[in-house]
Amino acid sequence: MKKMKLSVLLAMFALVIGVLAACGGNAGGEQSEEDNSGSSNSGGGDASETSIVVAGSSAMQPLVAAAAEMYQEDNTDADIQVNAGGSGAGLSQVQEGSIDIGNSDVFAEEKEGIDADALVDHQVAVVGMTAAINPEAGVDNLTKEQLIDVFTGEVTNWSEVGGNDMKITLVNRPDSSGTRATFVKYGLEGATPAEGITEDSSNTVKQIVGDTDGAIGYLALSYFDDDSIVKAKIDGVEATNETIGSGDFPIWAYQHSYTKGEAEGLAKEFLDYLLSDEVQSSIVPDQGYVPMTDMQVERDAEGNLTDK
Amino acid sequence: MAKASVSSSAHDRLILTKNNRRWDEVRGRALVTTCAVIMIAATIAITIFLAQKGLQSFFVNNIHPIAYLTSTNWNPTGENASYGIFPFIFGSLAVTFLSALVAAPLGIGAAIFMSEISPKFGKKVLQPVIELLVGIPSVVYGFIGLVVLVPLVRDHLPGNGFSLFAGVVVLTVMILPTVTTIATDAMRSLPNSLRQGSLALGATRWQTIRKVLIPAALPSLLTAIVLGMARAFGEALAVQMVIGNTRDIPGSIFDTSATLTTIVTLNIGHTTDGSIENNTLWSMGLILLIISFIFILVVRYLSGRRKV
Repeated sequence: MKKMKLSVLLAMFALVIGVLAACGGNAGGEQSEEDNSGSSNSGGGDASETSIVVAGSSAMQPLVAAAAEMYQEDNTDADIQVNAGGSGAGLSQVQEGSIDIGNSDVFAEEKEGIDADALVDHQVAVVGMTAAINPEAGVDNLTKEQLIDVFTGEVTNWSEVGGNDMKITLVNRPDSSGTRATFVKYGLEGATPAEGITEDSSNTVKQIVGDTDGAIGYLALSYFDDDSIVKAKIDGVEATNETIGSGDFPIWAYQHSYTKGEAEGLAKEFLDYLLSDEVQSSIVPDQGYVPMTDMQVERDAEGNLTDK
Repeated sequence: MAKASVSSSAHDRLILTKNNRRWDEVRGRALVTTCAVIMIAATIAITIFLAQKGLQSFFVNNIHPIAYLTSTNWNPTGENASYGIFPFIFGSLAVTFLSALVAAPLGIGAAIFMSEISPKFGKKVLQPVIELLVGIPSVVYGFIGLVVLVPLVRDHLPGNGFSLFAGVVVLTVMILPTVTTIATDAMRSLPNSLRQGSLALGATRWQTIRKVLIPAALPSLLTAIVLGMARAFGEALAVQMVIGNTRDIPGSIFDTSATLTTIVTLNIGHTTDGSIENNTLWSMGLILLIISFIFILVVRYLSGRRKV
């Protein structure tokens, strides 16, 4: 009787595996058929490496994953896995060679414990960010000085910067966050923000700023897609692709994809694809990033701005 | 007939397949021993790994352990970086003990109701409800806390809503099922002779519960509370969403605060392997493990004291 049960269990297990395998096989078959009838230009990838792993910045994950999906539609034998996990994790893992591409929203030079010379930087997009203000505060423009005063706690009421009589509540990011590093460096000129609510996820920050009277935080431009928060102008300049591209709006950062040494094989092809017009003119702006092609200025790891 | 077949099959097993039977014994024993060895090896491996990672900040980065544990200045990214985690230890212990303080009477009360007052209703209604509560993922508790509890606290109590208090409320709801389930088991496992003896002496039901049953079950009830505390202590996600995550020691229960777990989850992905900040986060993990061990020791001590 016991043996019977065991064999039944084994049979069921085998059945499940079989069904799963069949499903996978079917899906693959359909895809390749579609591909054959659609474009004849498939399977151009380097046969030596058909699967790569990308990890790092969670802010970049949706962008790179969307690009990877499109790439795999055209190249069915390529397998690109895009994981999140944070910029630091991405840089560490690409340095030790456990992944092929490490995404980061800060320069590798800015991270302790990373040998930036061993890594090759591929800047795939630019992310702009600005202060997100609760609508009740009645403020939609801050000068740089006011922004710094608000975030360092010099000013604690919105009436002092031309808004309603309402207490200011700060919403920060964790110390090590790339978003915080960028905002502090280019928005606050390096001033240390005062203590406030600290959250990592952009969606949570948006939720808190929208819900809390008098709250202010900072978000990438793609999160300003409804009326729950006010997109602050800095010195009267609105953050748009144009003002960032021309260098007029200061708070932005590159989205880096690092490889260990020069990229090869599928990693190289995928990075070229990320910088191709196909991606730069569709997914990149769709997801709220500034395409590299729009940038008329360049910035190095020290933050020096130069015309391209 | 049936008897005959049973005896003959036993006979067969004993005489004809003696060899098989011995192998069965050996195989079964090997199987369960392997399971046990894997469990023990995993525990030891995690402990060694955490200790090796967590001690690096003291031996490699030369942070003074006493300063690390007692300093209130946490500033890992500034010019004069300092690593003092006392506020987070304080926050962790504060939410743990406060939530246990609320959950203990509630949980034990519910357990007494389920085992002594209304066993039928308890088994049919209360128990499934409590089991359902256990199954809700912590992120759901956190999200409900963020969108319902925090605004409620903000509107009716001092502070901006994100507070130690909100963390305690969320954790209380989360550990209540743990406390109640274990406490119920403890009450139910009391021998019926205790109840009968007490009632025979003329005690009322309430006197029986208060003077006989609770004292008899006390070590197990305390175990229930400690296990609930262990869960509260280790919880990260739900707390992170409502506590505010600031680095200052809270002045009141309505101030924002942070716990060891929330600081680790907020920062670990952004930091690079081997950097000081990463190492200090691992040290926090080690401290979490040590305190968990202490909780387990307390539980062992309490179960050793069980009289019934």
